[in-house]
Amino acid sequence: MTAAVPVARPRGQWLSTLARQRELSLVAILILLGGLVTLTAPQFLTVANISQVAVLASVIAVAAVGEALVVITRNVDLSVEATIGLVAYGVARVLELHALDAAGAIVLGLGLGLVLGMINGLIVTLFRVPAIVATLGTLSIFRGVDYLIAGSHQVPLAGLPEGFTDAARDTFFGIPYFVLVAVVVVAIGSVILRSTRFGRQLYAVGSNPEAAAILGIPSRMVVFTAFSLCGLLAGAAGVLWVMEFGTINGTSATGVVLAVVAAVVVGGVNIFGGSGTLAGAALGALFLGFIANALILVGLSQFWLQAIYGVVILVAVTADAFILRRLKRANKRSGSR
Amino acid sequence: MTAVQGVAMQPRAEMRGISKRFAATQALDDVSLDLLPGEIHALVGENGAGKSTLVKILAGVHQPDSGTIWLDGEATQIHGPAHARALGIAVVHQEPRLFPDLTVAENVFIGHAPSGRLGTIDWGGTRRAAQALFGQLDVQFDVGAPVRGLSMADQQLIEIAKSLSVEARVLILDEPTASLSAHEVERLFAIVRRLRDRGVSILFVSHRLDEVFDLCDRATVFRDGRHVITTATSELTTADLVRHMVGRTVELFPKVETPVGDVLLEVEGLTKEGVFRDVGFSVRAGEIVGLAGLVGAGRTEVARVLFGIDQRDGGEIRLGGVPVDFASPSAAMHAGIAYLPEDRHQEGLVLDFTIAQNVTLPILPRLFPRFFVRASTERKVAHDYTEQFNVRMTGVDQLVGALSGGNQQKVVLAKWLASGPRILILDEPTRGIDIGAKVEVHRIISELAASGLGIVLISSDLPEVLAMSDRIVVLHEGRVTAEIPRDRATEERVMFAATGSAHFDRADGSPA
Repeated sequence: MTAAVPVARPRGQWLSTLARQRELSLVAILILLGGLVTLTAPQFLTVANISQVAVLASVIAVAAVGEALVVITRNVDLSVEATIGLVAYGVARVLELHALDAAGAIVLGLGLGLVLGMINGLIVTLFRVPAIVATLGTLSIFRGVDYLIAGSHQVPLAGLPEGFTDAARDTFFGIPYFVLVAVVVVAIGSVILRSTRFGRQLYAVGSNPEAAAILGIPSRMVVFTAFSLCGLLAGAAGVLWVMEFGTINGTSATGVVLAVVAAVVVGGVNIFGGSGTLAGAALGALFLGFIANALILVGLSQFWLQAIYGVVILVAVTADAFILRRLKRANKRSGSR
Repeated sequence: MTAVQGVAMQPRAEMRGISKRFAATQALDDVSLDLLPGEIHALVGENGAGKSTLVKILAGVHQPDSGTIWLDGEATQIHGPAHARALGIAVVHQEPRLFPDLTVAENVFIGHAPSGRLGTIDWGGTRRAAQALFGQLDVQFDVGAPVRGLSMADQQLIEIAKSLSVEARVLILDEPTASLSAHEVERLFAIVRRLRDRGVSILFVSHRLDEVFDLCDRATVFRDGRHVITTATSELTTADLVRHMVGRTVELFPKVETPVGDVLLEVEGLTKEGVFRDVGFSVRAGEIVGLAGLVGAGRTEVARVLFGIDQRDGGEIRLGGVPVDFASPSAAMHAGIAYLPEDRHQEGLVLDFTIAQNVTLPILPRLFPRFFVRASTERKVAHDYTEQFNVRMTGVDQLVGALSGGNQQKVVLAKWLASGPRILILDEPTRGIDIGAKVEVHRIISELAASGLGIVLISSDLPEVLAMSDRIVVLHEGRVTAEIPRDRATEERVMFAATGSAHFDRADGSPA
């Protein structure tokens, strides 16, 4: 055994490439699907339609990026939809009451989201409650608070300052502002994950918590930060929600957590932590948004939509499991020699 | 040696010309092996030699590409694990695969419990039958208790009882002693010998060469998927066996004599309630201090306290004469202590990361004080450290999960060295890695000591501790029972102290 013996590249390289290029496969499938749908429903491929889908998907994508941060640490945040709902109502209500101007309301919304995320983070790291249980609890609590504050009141579109909801329609050189927001969030998040100590530690904690502990990585701080950022981004999604829908009540954003978690999983983030990208999560949101849109355009009923949605998620996760298993086997084989 | 002298005895199991290929890897290339009735047959070889592939073929997990298996003279195709069991072939794995929430008796008879009238399971009969099986093995067991909480050794006995319950003709023991204490190994061996005397054919896969000589009648050596030799163990020496395994003569344990320097680490009266008590020793620069003892004697627990993972209840730790108190591993690391954990997969490495990412993980804050990570710096650091250790890899960007055990261990060592420690605590650094890599790890340890590090070596491999250590501190049930200098250290002395059976006074030869 002399220095630096070269060994053959492990087989299954294409699989690992595939596993890492989840983003590319999503884009490829989207394009293929777009072509097929356009044949039967020409309005699919119109600027108006695509903008509309992309704007709504961007709201989910922002929340999905936050969710991905948490999932990478081997946790999950089920309370995001309640955070979105509570923030949306809070922002809409202070605007209706003229308590704050638009900028102030947005800061309030982000701050509220951050605080709610920190509450989740504290429960999980300080009291060591499993995330799925802790955030199921806070999902109920946050939503309960939302109901309590809102009662039967609904903030109408007219209650918002003039022009507040324009952001959801306005474009910058043809690109909707919401899409730009999502792209900026993904870009900043990706740089943090790829090129900072925090990013590295986030993956390490999710991939091997025991090793992370022995390496002196402040695991609890890392997980707490992930939950806090998730809350912050859910807050941002809440603000976007107000701009997008205009009419907000205590039940706004109910059921959205399914879309958020689905986007994360379809986007290739490992539900058991340790791997995945934010771009994947955001593309997952876009992908699911277009699927839903396409199904409606080709004339399928709402019931079909739900079922097909589920099938898409299962296919994505099954493909993941398959690729992972093949990869492991390939690694084992080349590693045992 | 019972059966071996018999001439022209029909083998219980005979494998001829077995080949097996996985994608690009020829795991087995035309190998043959025969198991006689009533013999214990050792199968040895380095990792990747093809031992486990052969075991899996015999157990029905894999089908050979070519070759024939005869059972009691009858050419047989083994279709799957269930078929293998039906044919009387049982495997006891290194890590028992039992259901922790079921009782001992339920585990023994899982899938074939005696049924009563109406076809329901006869639980009373199951318990009695399980009791009878353990009676045959001459061990006492509460068969109604759940398996959870039983020791690894006890769980293995349950696996053996399971194999008896299906009347196994061939029993395969796959590295059964890796996590057993010396006493438990003795008990296991007594049982295995009893089974042999009843005519069971036993295939014993092990990394521990002393066990091969102690227990086995014949030995077969594989290397790189090929059969090297099959011979009676009485005609072999350890040196022969090692030479057959690695294909060349290796110098085991190349210890470098090193002048010792100042005292780096002093431990005094260290106590953790219910785990260890009043543990004291010191480590000087350039010195390797062996921490010997049986599994469960408290060695790893002492190391965990030294590294700040667990907290002590009493006593003092001094580093360079200054009392220290580590609240966390990062505090210990900061003070210059590194700990290579017992289980490199669980605690040592992030398998999803590349080699470079693993090596720099503990030193990220120091390497990149400005929060951002630079890949080029990272790769350079990783390259420098892995090069010292001859890690076999395609490059530092290779995923660490794709490396062999020995190379992974070298990456763990590289990682800790990158943190620039003064004290290195090594917990079972060579467990489960093959001989070639083991010698390299030993060389690295010696060189590190020579460069002035103080090293604490925890190992269950007695020859390793004896050969590598300048001094050996022996623990028994959480107390130090002996401190033996290198020139007086013998296997007997250490074992006596480790089993608590002799009263070596602490002063016995302790330097200063």
